[in-house]
Amino acid sequence: MKELLAMTALEAHEAMVAGELDAAEYADAWRAAAGGDELNAYLWRDENDDSPGIAVERPSVAPIAVKDIFCTEGVPTTAGSRILEGYRPPYTATAVRKLIEAGAPILGKTNMDEFAMGSSNENSAYGPVLNPWDRGRVPGGSSGGSAAVVAGGLAPWSIGTDTGGSIRQPAALCGIVGLKPTYGAISRYGMIAFASSLDQCGPFTRTVADAALLLAILQGADPCDSTSIGLPSSPRLPDREDLSGLRFAVPAELASDAIEPGVREVFEATLKKIEGLGGELAEVSLPHAEHGISAYYVLAPAEASSNLARFDGVRYGMRAPSSGDVIEMYEATRAEGFGAEVKRRIMLGTYALSSGYYDAYYGQAQKVRTKIAGDFKAAFTDFDFVVTPTSPSVAFGLGEKTDDPLAMYLNDFFTVPMSLAGIPAISIPAGLAEPNGGGPKLPVGFQIAAPAFAEQKLLDAAHALEGAIGFDARPEGVPGG
Amino acid sequence: MAELEAVIGLEIHVQLATKTKMFCGCELSFGDEPNVHTCPVCLAHPGVLPVVNEQAIHYALKIAAALECEVAPRSIFHRKNYFYPDSPKAYQISQYDIPIAGAGKLGDVRIHRAHLEEDAAKMIHVGESGRIHGSGASLVDFNRGGTPLVEIVTEPDLRSAAEAAAWARLLRETVRQLGVSDVNMEEGSLRVDGNISMRPVGSEELGTKTELKNMNSFRFLERGIEAELVRQRALLEAGEKVEQETLHFHPEDGSLHPLRSKEEAHDYRYFPEPDLVAIAPTEEMLREARESLPELPAARAERYRDELGLPADVAALLAAAPETAGYFEATSKEASGVEPRVIANWVTGELAAALRQEGGEETASESKVEPAALASLVSMVQEKKISHGSGKTVLAALVAEGGEPAAIVEREGLAQISDSGELESIVANAIEANPEAAEQIRAGNGKAIGAIVGAVMKETKGRADGGEVNRLIKEKLGS
Repeated sequence: MKELLAMTALEAHEAMVAGELDAAEYADAWRAAAGGDELNAYLWRDENDDSPGIAVERPSVAPIAVKDIFCTEGVPTTAGSRILEGYRPPYTATAVRKLIEAGAPILGKTNMDEFAMGSSNENSAYGPVLNPWDRGRVPGGSSGGSAAVVAGGLAPWSIGTDTGGSIRQPAALCGIVGLKPTYGAISRYGMIAFASSLDQCGPFTRTVADAALLLAILQGADPCDSTSIGLPSSPRLPDREDLSGLRFAVPAELASDAIEPGVREVFEATLKKIEGLGGELAEVSLPHAEHGISAYYVLAPAEASSNLARFDGVRYGMRAPSSGDVIEMYEATRAEGFGAEVKRRIMLGTYALSSGYYDAYYGQAQKVRTKIAGDFKAAFTDFDFVVTPTSPSVAFGLGEKTDDPLAMYLNDFFTVPMSLAGIPAISIPAGLAEPNGGGPKLPVGFQIAAPAFAEQKLLDAAHALEGAIGFDARPEGVPGG
Repeated sequence: MAELEAVIGLEIHVQLATKTKMFCGCELSFGDEPNVHTCPVCLAHPGVLPVVNEQAIHYALKIAAALECEVAPRSIFHRKNYFYPDSPKAYQISQYDIPIAGAGKLGDVRIHRAHLEEDAAKMIHVGESGRIHGSGASLVDFNRGGTPLVEIVTEPDLRSAAEAAAWARLLRETVRQLGVSDVNMEEGSLRVDGNISMRPVGSEELGTKTELKNMNSFRFLERGIEAELVRQRALLEAGEKVEQETLHFHPEDGSLHPLRSKEEAHDYRYFPEPDLVAIAPTEEMLREARESLPELPAARAERYRDELGLPADVAALLAAAPETAGYFEATSKEASGVEPRVIANWVTGELAAALRQEGGEETASESKVEPAALASLVSMVQEKKISHGSGKTVLAALVAEGGEPAAIVEREGLAQISDSGELESIVANAIEANPEAAEQIRAGNGKAIGAIVGAVMKETKGRADGGEVNRLIKEKLGS
């Protein structure tokens, strides 16, 4: 048997089921590893405060780290925001409850961009998460903590949320697998809402097979979430080794020079591997995809402006001292409790929904969203998958883009269209590339998108490609294999 | 200046008497300890999601059927955003451009729409004003927060305060008979707001309207609207303008006060609620709603008027009290030779009075008077077997102890005097005993006959037929 922390979650699960691995010993090894967090990746860890934690009766699944956006009864839940400092929810999110019921101990709650708004994890009220490959760089966001703990050897796997790329982009920047399932595959109940029509829970893992196992635990319709429907059948472990008979579409719009040369190189090498496995490649046009970012940054802030209105200091979380009336108390609490990016998006969204502007902004953005979904639908009549680089660049330096929100938003260029279309997409590590300006090589993610509810097909293809890529690099000091 | 007419539309909030709240599993209650019926969902904790109460949809469909509304094949929820402590999410989930029910009518008033939404929590402002401004503190009771509501909006079809109050009563009775709400104005399960304007008679254009709130009884509704009409009329007749505003009715002195503009100046930023899917009622749900409708007051009143020949006021009175109406119909069925109009008069007149006399809260159907008993009593009166006065005596006995009227007549010796010779001699004696009255009658003063009739009735203990006594007196005095 491998070293405990070098095992994949699937290997550990199989060993526990076979009685070859002591679940408690395994969980303790991970708790110890999580205790060595030097990345600011955990906001709360089991055993590091006086809360009782979350009890799992019969551990039989690898312990897991959970993005701090999921409510956990009695356990601090902040969504990376000052405004929820000290908040311990009275209930547990469905996704976390399913993990507990499956027998997965919760290792801790991971750091994130405040209310999932960001692409670098620098918007956390609790400080940025560091990229385990280069601690001077960002891990991506918003689920930066969940990506960093898996890449950095602080958890065997984790869950995060993806609204416009918040699972796929940090997975790419940290060199691990990140899956955003079809909208509605996993319950959103207990997941603190950013943009309700886009938010989706998904796994961060080291392998595609682990992602399939985690998806099987998480997916399913939930009576507490009217928009959840689950997958048509429970995912099975992927076993496909080739891609013959499968058609992969490369969007023509990728000719953009916004992609770093190193990223483009890895992307093109990966396309060759697809052909090597018998897959067919062709160019496809997604004419409206380039408007994805514009539409997304109207729709998501609009929903966020409403979703975040409940944080008023009345019933939970922080309340700013105020001598005035209730409206002044709201204003003081929100001024103090929210960070700059959250305020920016609340203002954008409030404006977009205002009387007289609704049609020009929100209404128009909804139309673009429908057009983008139509582009994908058309592409999927001829193709099985659409592929892109996950992110236009490898991990960038801390502070590099914080003064330029638009540059930051462009990180989501390749991931936002799938979110708007509600379709599943996975990012797998495809290789290493030198960043612009030189330096040690960093991971590059390869994104594969599939039609709604075609998760099984997506996992099968990603598994085959993963085998051909054979990515086995690890940040220094992290057990690999 | 042209004559002005009132143009009034109503907005009615009906709290549905479902078992649980609109979007969570908390029990509905009235009058419990504050904040005991709450959960993460209705307190708007982070991450929670609403789930639509299925029973509320069934109830809304019943209301839609009763108001003859068109039901939308797919209606959707919107978020109405506003900051106020009674709204923990800072938005109310309501329906906006596609409500569950569209155009309909009740009586002569057209319904514009009816939609589903959730009620706000209850605020109690501590201090003199009773409002948030100037209060020392405000308390929030979330028990009410999330109670299912159906908001019904009429077209501006009402033309007076009295008409508005009468129609609101009809609506209340209609909804009550559906069994979907307690419709209690004092407790707030029925809330009626008015949209009020005036215009020159004959004009098709609508004048500037004001919205009238806080009229928590039908009496206050009528008084509030009347006060506002007086105010608007004075303004318009003085050549001034009515300002569009929301007015708060103060029941203590009947005055109207504008709500502060800060409370009113809202841009609700409506947008489709992304946490919920569309309501798409199936054919079966629609059929169920239609078939579950009882005969509603408006239809019942119409049937009583048109088919049974009841006067409009009696028909409306019965239609508003379905149990009594059922009693009336059962009695009519038993009394084959008697016109329904006569039965209705007995039920709403003599019987209601006798029950009141007895002091109880009993309705006809709860009383000891069986429909068959009342039917035979009315038949006996109609066939002149007993006098009307004796009929009332028998009815009082029936109310007190139940039983058969014939037996009571027998026991009390109330059978009408059918021997004309006997009656003639009693009449002759009465004339003799009242010479002054007799003289006046002869002189042409018809009113004086009362004294002699009274004497006869006293002598016969009411067993004489009043008409026959009159005839005999006139015959004997040659008038």
